[in-house]
Amino acid sequence: MKSFTYERVDTPAAATAAFARTPGARFIAGGTNLLDLMKLEIETPSHLIDVSRLKLDTIEPTSDGGLRIGAMVRNTDLAADARIRRDYGLVSRALVAGASGQLRNKATTAGNLLQRTRCPYFYDTNQPCNKRQPGSGCAAIGGFSRLHAVVGASEACIATHPSDMAVAMQALDATVETVDKAGKARRIALADFYRAPGSTPHLETALAPGELITAVTLPKPVGGTHIYHKVRDRASYAFALVSVGVVVQPDGSGRVALGGVGYKPWRVKAADAELPRGAKAVTSALLAGAKTSHENAYKLPLVERTLAGVLAQAKG
Amino acid sequence: MAPSDDFPISRRGLLAGGAASVATAAVARPAMAEAAPSRAPASPPTAKVDFEVNGTAHSLELDTRTTLLDALREHLRLTGTKKGCDHGQCGACTVLVDGRRINSCLSLAVQHDGDRITTIEGLGQPGNLHPMQEAFVVHDGYQCGYCTPGQICSAVAVLDEIKAGIPSHVTADLSVAPAVTPRELRERMSGNICRCGAYSNIVDAIVDAAGVKA
Amino acid sequence: MKFDTPATENPIDQLKVVGKPTSRIEGPLKTSGTAPYAYERHDAVPNQAYGFIVGSAIAKGRIASIDLAEAKAAPGVLAIVTAASAGTLGKGDFNTARLLGGPEIQHYHQAIAIVVAESFEQARAAAGLVRVRYTRDKGNFDLASSLDGAIKPPAFFGTEPDSSFGDFDAAFASAPVKLDEHYTTPDHSHAMMEPHASIASWDGDKLTLWTSNQMIAWSVGDVAKTLGIPRENVRLVSPYIGGGFGGKLFVRADAILAALGAKAAGRPVKVALPRPLIANNTTHRPATIQRIRLGATPDGKLTSIGHESWSGDLKGGGPETAVGQTRLLYAAPHRMTAMRLAVLDLPEGNAMRAPGEAPGLMALEIAIDEMAEKLGMDPVAFRILNDTQVDPEKPERKFSQRQLNECLRIGADKFGWASRNPKPGLTRDGRWLVGTGVAAAFRNNLNEKSAARVRLDRAGRVIVETDMTDIGTGSYTIIAQTAAEMLGVPLDRVEVRLGDSLFPVSAGSGGQWGANSSTAGVYAACAKLRTAIAQKLGLDPAKAAFANGKVSAGGKSIALARAAADGEVVAEDMMEYGDLAQTFQQSTFGAHFVEAAVDAATGEIRLRRMLAVCAAGRILNPKAARSQVIGAMTMGAGAALMEELAVDKRFGFFVNHDLAGYEVPVHADIPSQDVIFLDEVDPTTSPMKAKGVGELGICGVAAAVANAVYHATGIRVRNYPVTLDKLIDRLPAIA
Repeated sequence: MKSFTYERVDTPAAATAAFARTPGARFIAGGTNLLDLMKLEIETPSHLIDVSRLKLDTIEPTSDGGLRIGAMVRNTDLAADARIRRDYGLVSRALVAGASGQLRNKATTAGNLLQRTRCPYFYDTNQPCNKRQPGSGCAAIGGFSRLHAVVGASEACIATHPSDMAVAMQALDATVETVDKAGKARRIALADFYRAPGSTPHLETALAPGELITAVTLPKPVGGTHIYHKVRDRASYAFALVSVGVVVQPDGSGRVALGGVGYKPWRVKAADAELPRGAKAVTSALLAGAKTSHENAYKLPLVERTLAGVLAQAKG
Repeated sequence: MAPSDDFPISRRGLLAGGAASVATAAVARPAMAEAAPSRAPASPPTAKVDFEVNGTAHSLELDTRTTLLDALREHLRLTGTKKGCDHGQCGACTVLVDGRRINSCLSLAVQHDGDRITTIEGLGQPGNLHPMQEAFVVHDGYQCGYCTPGQICSAVAVLDEIKAGIPSHVTADLSVAPAVTPRELRERMSGNICRCGAYSNIVDAIVDAAGVKA
Repeated sequence: MKFDTPATENPIDQLKVVGKPTSRIEGPLKTSGTAPYAYERHDAVPNQAYGFIVGSAIAKGRIASIDLAEAKAAPGVLAIVTAASAGTLGKGDFNTARLLGGPEIQHYHQAIAIVVAESFEQARAAAGLVRVRYTRDKGNFDLASSLDGAIKPPAFFGTEPDSSFGDFDAAFASAPVKLDEHYTTPDHSHAMMEPHASIASWDGDKLTLWTSNQMIAWSVGDVAKTLGIPRENVRLVSPYIGGGFGGKLFVRADAILAALGAKAAGRPVKVALPRPLIANNTTHRPATIQRIRLGATPDGKLTSIGHESWSGDLKGGGPETAVGQTRLLYAAPHRMTAMRLAVLDLPEGNAMRAPGEAPGLMALEIAIDEMAEKLGMDPVAFRILNDTQVDPEKPERKFSQRQLNECLRIGADKFGWASRNPKPGLTRDGRWLVGTGVAAAFRNNLNEKSAARVRLDRAGRVIVETDMTDIGTGSYTIIAQTAAEMLGVPLDRVEVRLGDSLFPVSAGSGGQWGANSSTAGVYAACAKLRTAIAQKLGLDPAKAAFANGKVSAGGKSIALARAAADGEVVAEDMMEYGDLAQTFQQSTFGAHFVEAAVDAATGEIRLRRMLAVCAAGRILNPKAARSQVIGAMTMGAGAALMEELAVDKRFGFFVNHDLAGYEVPVHADIPSQDVIFLDEVDPTTSPMKAKGVGELGICGVAAAVANAVYHATGIRVRNYPVTLDKLIDRLPAIA
């Protein structure tokens, strides 16, 4: 781990101001991913701005009947919130399917969205990785790729996004609220938040340098049956091979998002419309143009079968 | 480590047969952007942190890179908290911070200013063991003992989490308060790996300590 | 003491202390975090500096150059040692690759430097500034494509590579019912929770290592040999070991580089292997490719058994002895086994819990299940029918004890096997396909000579000292039980000191020989101490009875402590073995029963029940022994369902080299587990009449799981681990 200086800030404005005045700075909140990567010198900030105590740790109703979740709300607290459990069960379910109790106690809502990939080649600094070192190549292509993306990937990167929570939020049309270095606030639909890897897989989100996530908002509840099925070899404490999040209405309509298949939580609006026609039709729409390796080709039938199981479960 | 980068492996070379096709190879350099030029040897940045561990106040001036885990083990010499992976993948470093369990390896000590930390040593000592510690002894809820402090700290917190109504992956109905069942305990304890495989004994111990019938 | 005739009645048979399910005597230390592991010995020596190891970035080749300038100039750095500055180093007898690589690199993450600094943070950061240029050589990393070049290895730890009996080829060719299948098992990582760690301190030319090591005497020798110093100048201290499973049988880079770093820095140095380095830097259980051929008569008698296994290792390494159990487990008049070894440039393969039998039974016990199905027989009944009470390759040689059939019958009864639908794929529980599987467990018993010193002090306390280790096995407790039984004192009057090379040389912990061998050594020392005490008290040693803190003979009864009134009474002895293990085949047996559920949609596999029935001689402490077995069952479940070091065949390394990537079972994977020990004493093994059990428990488990998955789904997976991607295309359609 490279050495760094450290300061703690009390307000978002102080956070972005600190960023503006300190080259090489990074925000740290829960730190469960950043510190992990700093130990391996995959992340090498020279200054850390501790935002973990910003007063962004509440969940408040919004004027349009939704909820604004503070960026610093811990995963455990979000999953346990009575309103989330009642109206946004998908979020609760996705959160408790992820990581461990210890990590969820530390990890924040904003940090969860900003997790970096768990591709083992990204994690091994001896290996080529375009995400870690642009232009060095992608060792996962042609290598151990059982866990890797089947949609949205590029010649440069086949990494997946590891978040479960983001899959639920994508299905529920969440919006990310930020404030930038100049103190200007903006809202980014989660659907527009993650950048496709293309030839620049090291650029992962729509955030500008120094832009701080302050909240994630959920629109008013959509009702329906919420199911999140995370498929993994190990029964717990493992990243998804694939995950399927659905909200299904009594008439069979609904929405669906996938985890473990691409660089972002994967949602295709056209696929939602196929829900009444069943898993095969939905999967075709979701995974159109999928590219697989010998090692991850199983994800295609797995998505379809998982979805079929989930839809059967939703019917009761 | 940062090997030199004179002969980067092209992706083309990689696909064409990887190592075999590349006579002289170097490997990727970590974290390119901030690969800082070497500095003159200077003391690394430090910061002051005040926190309470097992009821005792401590004031430490630490290298900012020091994790809570290393502050406990190397500076306060409270070695009951274990380093199994140092990357949040095993749970051996579990401690309670203001009553909540966390992985102390993935937390900077300087982020804990003002916190109340409880480690395994603070739960109980030989001759005066915490009921959870006693239950682990009675049920042989360990073998090599290395994951044990983390398991016990986690177990104490798990019972509180269930009491507080926090749901888990196996909680059947999000609108109903979870109960202390072996299934709930297995899921909630899954962030604490025991390679010796004492799991079923550990669950028996927690059930016993919780005072419920299995 | 030499053990060369079967044991008769002796003080252990009283079973006042031995055989009781006593809680571990070190339990309060372990549960309170006060049991000290190697890296934690702040008390051992002052002024400890921190070492951080740099691993090779390539699998095979040479270091062209190393630039240490930046690292040396980094804050806090005290010393850096590389092969270029370490001086001439030897290689330990138990190591295949060198522990400090360079300029030649033999495997990925082979240690190439240690950076020593004032703090851990400084050492780690400076290690990142070591600049290395490599010349990469072509390596061979793929077992499957290396079979043609695989050679017949020399005998490995006494195991011949080949065996044959009768005329296998003819018998198999003419067998009415045949099975001929290939099976694969992947590379496995020990993944013990405590990383390899050492503190090294030099006092002149004498070295002390506080370390985490299963085999103290072996490792004293290998440290001395590697560093080129006399073995009497090396002391190892290893009282607590955070898991080993074979991964800490040998000296590893932490110990050697701590010693080199301490010498260079001129002060004590502590080193732990970073978790992401462990899988490639240390040893692993090698992958196997196995071919099994079985021939049988239509009524279910095996006529021929053939088992071949291919594995790989670095040059100079050995094979995974996966065919060993097949020479002994089932009757058949015509048999062959063979092992072949390929040279691979992957990290060093070596022993992991039940080497040989664990992967061997993963294959064999699927094959037996498949053959039973071909014959239309129940797999329990098929195994029972083909039992043998003699060594099938040497029919004049009997097993000392063999209760495999009893294990199978009792297990089947307890598990409710009779109600099983023999047809696979037919049992549903909601969304789950449910199945049950069985496998035999087999592991040879080994006895190793083992010594101990026992002291009686003035207070009447008994102190046992031996370099035996406790890796979670319960050594502290069973040794205390043994001494308490022998000397007639309560358990809390016994203190056990382990894991120090100043103590008499024990069997150490490996090969499931530790429990029986080390307690037999303590038995020998206690027997000698009994004689000394009786003589001191003027009693006839041959008649003296030791009970309730008193020694009694000829109508006289004297407090034990009186013998030490004018000073400690000390005795040291070693148990050695004659040829009983040649006269009798000493083995341990068991049967595993597993119920598995497979999500009909996703193919996710979750275990519902596990039962093991074991026959393994006298069980010295049923509580600790049961823990050994459930732990082994858990590791076997991991082998069945998730564990695989993923090989990058281009770059030659294990890709998933941390505990997130290499999945081992977590709490949620393991259901409640039952263990039954059959009542057995084996007088041919030692005066303890015990055998090992810590490895038996993993033998066969994975196959029982695989067989249960087959029974649930009708899908036979012969390549471990059994994961959903291997089922997904063949699962029934989802409505």
